[in-house]
Amino acid sequence: MSILVNKDTRLLVQGFTGSQGTLHSVQSISYGTNIVGGVTPGKGGNTHLDKPVFNTVEEAVKEVEPNASIIFVPAKFCKNSIIEAAEANIKLIVCITEGIPTLDMLEVKKTVDELGVRLIGPNCPGVITPGEAKLGIMPGDIHLPGSIGIISRSGTLTYEAVKQTTDIGFGQSSCVGIGGDPIPGSSFVDILKLFEDDEKTEAIVMVGEIGGNAEETAAEYIRDNISKPVVSYIAGQTAPAGKRMGHAGAIIAGGKGTAKDKIEKLKKCGVHIADNLVSIGEKVSEVL
Amino acid sequence: MNLHEYQGKQLFAEYNIPVSKGKIIFSPEEVIDACNEIGGTKWVVKTQVHAGGRGKSGGVELVDSPEMALEFSKKWLGKRLVTYQTDGKGQLVNSILIEECTEIKSELYLSAVVDRESQKIVFIGSSEGGVNIEDVAKNYPDKIIYQGVEYKDKNLVDQSINIANVLKLNDDQTKQFVPMIENLLRLFVENDLSLLEINPLVINDKGDLLCLDAKINIDSNALFRQPKINDMYDETQDDPQEAEAANNDLSYVSLDGNIGCMVNGAGLAMGTMDTIKYFGGNPANFLDVGGTATQERVTKAFKIILRDPDVKVVLVNIFGGIVRCDLIAEGVIAAIKDVNIKIPVVVRLEGNNAELGAEILLNSNIRIISINDLAEAAKKSVELAK
Repeated sequence: MSILVNKDTRLLVQGFTGSQGTLHSVQSISYGTNIVGGVTPGKGGNTHLDKPVFNTVEEAVKEVEPNASIIFVPAKFCKNSIIEAAEANIKLIVCITEGIPTLDMLEVKKTVDELGVRLIGPNCPGVITPGEAKLGIMPGDIHLPGSIGIISRSGTLTYEAVKQTTDIGFGQSSCVGIGGDPIPGSSFVDILKLFEDDEKTEAIVMVGEIGGNAEETAAEYIRDNISKPVVSYIAGQTAPAGKRMGHAGAIIAGGKGTAKDKIEKLKKCGVHIADNLVSIGEKVSEVL
Repeated sequence: MNLHEYQGKQLFAEYNIPVSKGKIIFSPEEVIDACNEIGGTKWVVKTQVHAGGRGKSGGVELVDSPEMALEFSKKWLGKRLVTYQTDGKGQLVNSILIEECTEIKSELYLSAVVDRESQKIVFIGSSEGGVNIEDVAKNYPDKIIYQGVEYKDKNLVDQSINIANVLKLNDDQTKQFVPMIENLLRLFVENDLSLLEINPLVINDKGDLLCLDAKINIDSNALFRQPKINDMYDETQDDPQEAEAANNDLSYVSLDGNIGCMVNGAGLAMGTMDTIKYFGGNPANFLDVGGTATQERVTKAFKIILRDPDVKVVLVNIFGGIVRCDLIAEGVIAAIKDVNIKIPVVVRLEGNNAELGAEILLNSNIRIISINDLAEAAKKSVELAK
C-alpha cells in the first residue's frame, strides 16, 4: 500500500519535450516510473525518450490510457494545461511549475473540485512512492521504501525530512509535496486523510512554514481524526513579518501566519514538534 | 509588488471608483500650480511611500495655502520617512500627492484579499474605519463582515448589500456602494491584485462615499500579463540588495544578523536561518539560490550577500537533488575565486554525490570549511561569526 501513486500508475507528461520535462522524465523512467507518453502541442506524432508524443491530453487519453499526469509547462500556460487534463478525465494531476498567478489558481481549484480531480501542487516537488513510482523532481536515491508518510509545503525541506527518516532506517510509505503557493490544489488535510487510511504508513511527518493557516487547520484535523503519530517541523521562526520568503505563500501578513502561532496550535492538538530542522528523524524515532 | 497611493487612485478613477481631486508632484516647482489647479482653500499633502503609518510620522499634513504645501514638499522630497511599518532607515519620498480637503462625516473600512481558506476573493468591511483593522477584529468582531464574492456572479448585488448593511449605509449610499463593489472586483481581477485596502472609506459632508486612501498589492506572479502595472514599479521603495536579487531571479530578504546564508529552496533557506538562530547565531539574510545552483547563480548570490558589510561568514547549504553535489562544489569554488571572498565560507553539501562534492571542496586549495552535517555546519558558522 501507499498513497496516490504506485507501480500501476500510468503517467502522462505535459510539457514532455521541453528541457525540464525531458530532464525529469529521464530521471523518473530510470527510477521505474511507467511513463506512457507526453503532450507537447504541435509535436504530436513524434516519439521522445521512446514514448509517443501527442498534441492534446484528450488524444493521449484515447491512445495510451494514462491515469495520472505531471505538468512542466511554463506558468502562464498552466491554467489551461491543468484544466485540459482535468476535463480529459485524468484523476491525479501533479503540477511542478512555480509562479502561476493566484487568480488563475482560484479558477483551476474550482474546476478540479467540480470534476472530482486531485491536484497536487503547483510549485511543488511532486509525489513519490519509494521503490514504485516517482512523479516529480525529487532525487530518487535518498528515499527508502518504508513506513513514514511525509507531507510538505517545501521541496528541499522535504528532502531533509526524507534523508533523516532514511538514515534512521524507517523509510517512507509515500512523500507528497503540496507546494508553497497560497492556493494549493491539495491541502495538508487532504493528504493526512490518505495517510490515515494507508495501512503501510505508521507515522506522519508534516513539514510546514510561515504564512496562511493551513497548519492550524491541519492541527485541528489531526486532533479529531488522525490516530497515527504526527511529527511536525515549521520553517520560518526567524522570518520577518511582511516579507515574502521565496514561496508566494510564505509571508506573515497582518500578524497572522507566524511559526510561533502554528507551533503552539500544533502542540495543543497533540502533534509532536521537531524544534529544529536537524531533529526531525530523532523525533520520529522517539514517537515510534 | 506594491503600488503607491496615487497609482492606486489613478486605477480607482479609471474604474469609476470615487476619489478626491488631486495631483501628484515630483518637484517643489510643481506645487503651486497643482494647488491652484485643484482649487479651494485647503489641501491635504501626502508623502508617497510604500508603508503605512504616514500620518502619525508627519508624512501627511493639512495645509491652508499653496505656500505651506510648497514648504512641505521642500521638507520631504528626497528625504526618508520613518514610520512604525518601515525599518530605521525609512522609505525615500520622491513624490507627494496633493488633494482637495474633504469634510468627513464618518470613516469606514473596506478591503479585498484572496482568502486562502475559502479560496475566494473576500471583501472585508467595517463601520469602524481609519484605525487598525486588526484591533477592530479583536475588540469588535461584530462590526466586521467577511463576504466571499465571485466575479460576474449573480449574487454580487445581494452580497454588496450585506456589506453595506454592516457599514450602516443609508439607501442613497448603498446605491453608490453596489456598483462600487462591482468596479472594485473588476479592478481586482483585471489587474491581478492580491490585496486592495481603502482605509478610510469616508462619507463626506454631502453624504457621498469617497476613497481617502488606496493601498494595492499586485500578485508578482502575474506581472507578465500586466505591462501597465509593471511600469508603475518604483524600485527606490525596495531594499537595493533585494531589488538586485529580484533582477537576477534570486529570492533575497535582508535581515539584521551577520551570518550570510545561501541555500537552495525557500523552505530550506528558512530552515537554515532557524538552525543558525537555534545555535545562538543571527542570520544576515534569507537567500534562495534556486533549484539549479549553477556557478553563475552562486556567483551572483555571493556578490549580493557580500554587499552587506555586517556579514562575517557565509554558510552555503545545498541539498543536491537532480543537480549533483560534485558539480555544485565546482560551481561554489569557481564563484569564490571569481568574487575573491575574504571571509570564511562554510559549505554543507547533502544529497546526490555529496561525498565526492566534499572531497572536491577539500582539495580545492581555497579556504572553504566543508561540513556535511547541518547542525555542525551551523555551529561552526556561529562560532566564526563571533
